[in-house]
Amino acid sequence: MSQVVIASRLSDGRVVFLSKDAVEGAVVWASSLAEAALADDDSRAEEFLALSEADMLERHEILDPYLIDVVMENGEPRPTKNREVIRCFGPTVSQDFGKTSEGARP
Amino acid sequence: MAFVSPNLNLCFFTPKGNERAMYRYDEYDHALVKDRVAQFRRQVARRMSGEMTEEQFRPLRLMNGLYLQLHAYMLRVAIPYGTLDSRQLRKLAYIGRRYDKSYGHFTTRQNLQYNWPKLEETPDILAELAEVEMHAIQTSGNCIRNITSDQYAGAAADEIEDPRIWCEIVRQWSTLHPEFSFLPRKFKIAITGCENDRAAVLVHDIGLFMKRNASGGIGFKVAVGGGLGRTPFVGKIIREFLPKEDLLSYLEAILRVYNQLGRRDNKYKARIKITVHETGQEEFTRLVEEEWTQIKDTALKLPRAEMERIAAFFAPPEFNVLDGSAPIRDARIAADPAFASWVLNNTLDHKATGYSIANISLKPIGEAPGDVTSDQMDLVADLADEFSFGEIRVTHSQNLVLPHVEKESLSALFDKLAAAGLGNANVGLLSDIICCPGLDYCALATARSIPIATQITERFAEQKRLEDIGEMQIKISGCINACGHHHVGHIGILGVDRKGEEHYQIQIGGSADENATLGKILGRGFTAEEVVDVVEKIVDTYKELREGEERFIDTYRRVGQQPFKEKVYGTA
Repeated sequence: MSQVVIASRLSDGRVVFLSKDAVEGAVVWASSLAEAALADDDSRAEEFLALSEADMLERHEILDPYLIDVVMENGEPRPTKNREVIRCFGPTVSQDFGKTSEGARP
Repeated sequence: MAFVSPNLNLCFFTPKGNERAMYRYDEYDHALVKDRVAQFRRQVARRMSGEMTEEQFRPLRLMNGLYLQLHAYMLRVAIPYGTLDSRQLRKLAYIGRRYDKSYGHFTTRQNLQYNWPKLEETPDILAELAEVEMHAIQTSGNCIRNITSDQYAGAAADEIEDPRIWCEIVRQWSTLHPEFSFLPRKFKIAITGCENDRAAVLVHDIGLFMKRNASGGIGFKVAVGGGLGRTPFVGKIIREFLPKEDLLSYLEAILRVYNQLGRRDNKYKARIKITVHETGQEEFTRLVEEEWTQIKDTALKLPRAEMERIAAFFAPPEFNVLDGSAPIRDARIAADPAFASWVLNNTLDHKATGYSIANISLKPIGEAPGDVTSDQMDLVADLADEFSFGEIRVTHSQNLVLPHVEKESLSALFDKLAAAGLGNANVGLLSDIICCPGLDYCALATARSIPIATQITERFAEQKRLEDIGEMQIKISGCINACGHHHVGHIGILGVDRKGEEHYQIQIGGSADENATLGKILGRGFTAEEVVDVVEKIVDTYKELREGEERFIDTYRRVGQQPFKEKVYGTA
């Protein structure tokens, strides 16, 4: 199991993820879970979260960053908890809004 | 909007040329709302720049109805006592189109929620609302929330008096009330216009029934301590009759006792229902009466002239003098089953001869209950102007109402509604489901609710079957907070998270009327895939057991839970 940092974008509340650039120490917020930086152990996960929290205070681009558990399915990360599946890929009731409008499917 | 507190004099204002039966802002109201918009614009700018942290900003945005949900911000707009005029509804449509995703969601507290506003544009939305005398103040926080009411106010044949007069007086008193802006917990008040409860008042913190006493005087029966959530209670009647002029002093006495005794140490025990329960009804009543004795003859006593002035805002429109016959309507009822069903289920008698109350169902088969597109809002606004003196009502069951429609216009109205997908003839029937946004939107939810609602409506789509089942209220909540009122559904469905999977508890036998009861859990829960079959088994059991025209709730009360349990769990 891996972990990724999920957050809300301050300007519009949309769900974003700490991108793979974090591996190089850079903070870029991506809109797709597929672009998220995967932390394979707790120490790396805490490092990513600390990076995110520092960025939140410095650039004011996001709020409420936290870690979620993901597993790989067909080469793509997928949250283990239902709530996070819906956050990352939903809502499930329409394909016109949120992540579903960007092509994601819960 | 005027404010009343022990330290302020009553200051209600004179209506100016109100063409429709609704309260109109005066210069003070406009100034207050405009100032609030400007204040929030500055607060948003400070938040966006980083000058203010989220911890500092959160209570400020909530005071303006702005939540952060699972996918985006959500803005809750207050619709005082569920009354809108056509220009306001057009504005809501415009805001949906310009700032959101071209739709809105009507809630069980008669408000409207936008699910996708941008933080940076929210001050602009509030400014747009202010243009039509609307706002989002007190739609969140531990304060007195939007006062809700009987959706047929001013139109119902059985009405004692228009409850909106009293809703407006309470609204003015409670808006930014300095003593009650930081209560132990949120506080909800509802008023119904007669002794029949159309506003679920018995499951509110304070519920008021308009009532006529033995000598013909009009006042209120007062219930306190109702509520749903994790610890549901039906409200307790603490006063059988309260004279109208004493309404504010009595409410103030209740709020003062609650403010003193209400628990602030535990969020889950902070609502007044727990205070009443822990204090005991008799002692709580004594404390309220004792407090009231001290304040009833102060500035809070409502002067007759002021009551009449507020009442003038809600004077009935100039109805045409009609003889009550409706040959066009009657001929079409005889010839068109779809229209006949719509008239049967969606319209009610009006107090004015020749008029009907027309409900507009926002429960199309397979769609989210309570959602309405901007185009549909515009259409309803146009229809309100054409058929209903420009007036619209929002119901706590998430539908809309055109309150004053000539019976002879129902046919033309139905055609226009049906063409826009708003002609569903299911008000009060099984597919007229109350449903919270659930885990598809809500940050508090533990399971989805909308997909359960849509699956049920798809299973029970056939009109003939719906009408055979008759009156049936299904209510669905996506968590224990019970925004979908599942405790008082004839069939209540509660979504929970069980080891990461959505699971649903079923309860039956609840009702939200003047004889409100809480449903009882049937037994072990079910998966999402099983829920619709369970509902069907409950319905089939009812059909086997009912006597004559007996309603579901009456059959349940006669036979109890056991036959339903046996059918659902196969334990006979």
